[in-house]
Amino acid sequence: MLQINNIEVVYSDVILVLRGISLAVPEKRIVSLLGANGAGKSTTLKAISGLLRTQQGEVTRGSIEWDGERIDGRSPDEIVQMGIVQVLEGRRLFEHLTVEENLRTGAVFRRTSDAELRRDLDEVYGYFPRLAEFRRRTAGYLSGGEQQMVVIGRALMAKPKLMLMDEPSLGLAPLLVQSIFEVIGRINEESGVSILLVEQNANVALRSASHAYVMETGRIVLDGPAEQLAENADIKEFYLGMTQVGGRKSYRDVKHYKRRKRWLG
Amino acid sequence: MNWSLVPQQFVTGILNGGTIGLIALGIVLIYKSSEVFNFAHGHLVMFGAFLTWWFTGGGAEPGAGFIDLPLWGAVVAALIVSMGLGLVIERFALRPMTGQPLLAIMLMTLGLAQLFEGTTAILFGVELKSNFPAPFSPSDVLVIPFPGAFGDAIRLKYTLVATFVVATLAAVVFIWFFNSTKTGLAMRATAEDHEVARSVGIKVRRVFGLSWGIAGVIATLGGVLLATVSGVSLNLSTVALIAFPAILLGGLESLGGALLGGFAIGLVQALVQASRLIEVRNSSEIAPYLLLLVVLLIRPEGLFGQKRIERI
Ligand SMILES: Nc1ncnc2c1ncn2[C@@H]1O[C@H](COP(=O)(O)OP(=O)(O)OP(=O)(O)O)[C@@H](O)[C@H]1O
Ligand SMILES: [Mg+2]
Repeated sequence: MLQINNIEVVYSDVILVLRGISLAVPEKRIVSLLGANGAGKSTTLKAISGLLRTQQGEVTRGSIEWDGERIDGRSPDEIVQMGIVQVLEGRRLFEHLTVEENLRTGAVFRRTSDAELRRDLDEVYGYFPRLAEFRRRTAGYLSGGEQQMVVIGRALMAKPKLMLMDEPSLGLAPLLVQSIFEVIGRINEESGVSILLVEQNANVALRSASHAYVMETGRIVLDGPAEQLAENADIKEFYLGMTQVGGRKSYRDVKHYKRRKRWLG
Repeated sequence: MNWSLVPQQFVTGILNGGTIGLIALGIVLIYKSSEVFNFAHGHLVMFGAFLTWWFTGGGAEPGAGFIDLPLWGAVVAALIVSMGLGLVIERFALRPMTGQPLLAIMLMTLGLAQLFEGTTAILFGVELKSNFPAPFSPSDVLVIPFPGAFGDAIRLKYTLVATFVVATLAAVVFIWFFNSTKTGLAMRATAEDHEVARSVGIKVRRVFGLSWGIAGVIATLGGVLLATVSGVSLNLSTVALIAFPAILLGGLESLGGALLGGFAIGLVQALVQASRLIEVRNSSEIAPYLLLLVVLLIRPEGLFGQKRIERI
């Protein structure tokens, strides 16, 4: 179980981006993190995976615990070793490597026999049969959807207990989004991997998650069981595109929603 | 063209190219893993040659060592030391520069080059060391009958053939390591994208260290090969500069390309010497660059460089 307790994150010693975030991802669950552009979703994921530090970012307050052990301040490779792997935003794959080589990079840090590696690859091909056909193709030439499959498959090769996924639906056609999320659901169920899912597409995110958090400018402003949030009028208005009046509004402008109690203002 | 000289020069050129290719490989390795063009590589080559010479005892020359190893032992010792040296350079010169502009890092490698030049002069003296142990005597010559060639035969010094075999073998082993092992895969992944490599749990710093360690080993091996042919002197770093056009010719990112570029450069250098015109014969220093110019005009990414993948 992942537990984030009231963390603050600062970039370059001065830019305060997260202002006291708390959230939890229970074992074998899918939890969604929603929010507009620039809210700090990716920053939250990088704080967990330890990738923040290479971008001059730092957790300056609060703590991040994984199965009761503090992991903030650990290096990304240690965190991967502990079973947490991040799928970065924007389908970042190794363009000049083949599909299968990309997948194998996910298991580089593990000690695996050839047979084990083969089995793990077959498991990924089981989730994404299309990748099996393309295993020898140069990854950079795949379509956007196929590339998304590769990066998810690569993360699976790490045998994670928790996957941090940053906007897997970004720039994909609706049908493809559907099938990617189906697989995400299966990964969660069949392989028992917990998933912290960052999304702008609240529709699919709320459908697959059991619990969800909504972020705005570095704070969590709303959270609850996913079905409940899906019924929430504000969520409907801002994320599900069911607004009657045009134009963008901020949560701050909306009176009738219950702000989440925060530990710190 | 003096056609009767061509067969001899052709083979000699290819054989010379092996060492050039091996040296080029070391530069490409560092470039691939960190985008740093290592201007100090030639000096690592030179330093490696001196180091090996020192381990062989060095005879009565100034700067001679007190250890007296046979050639193979000296080579092994020098390879180990230069691997350590590569690791030290990465840890104390390059790593503190992480996040600085690439130009600054390249200037750092230029500074390192000067440092090596000075250190070598102080440690080993500036004189040419002509007593580098030769595995074969100069009169050991392989004669291959070749009707039509000058004297109806191609004559190859054993030394030259041996350097070619060692260089090519080392290059092939390294390229295999890079392309077919797990560590090689980690190196290739890191070469493409540091952040993504980190995100899948690869220890990127360790990969950098390893790259520099291997570059040190490759440089020293190249230095030994150059030294067996032309002796040990500060000049070797300049001789090794010939690897630069080889790299650009092959394409900066391609290991195989670097090796083939080395062969091409060796070939061109040797072939111009088969000319009847003294002006052409004297151009063997610039001929590689002319070839480079022509190739880059036609294929800006080099013969085997990576094309940018443009599909988003
Ligand atoms: N390395 C950095 N240095 C300084 N500021 C940064 C850095 N990375 C992100 N930021 C800032 O932090 C804020 C949050 O960024 P983040 O990428 O976490 O947002 P996000 O919620 O993921 O947005 P999006 O939906 O667009 O991906 C933004 O205002 C961004 O400009
Ligand atoms: Mg983001």
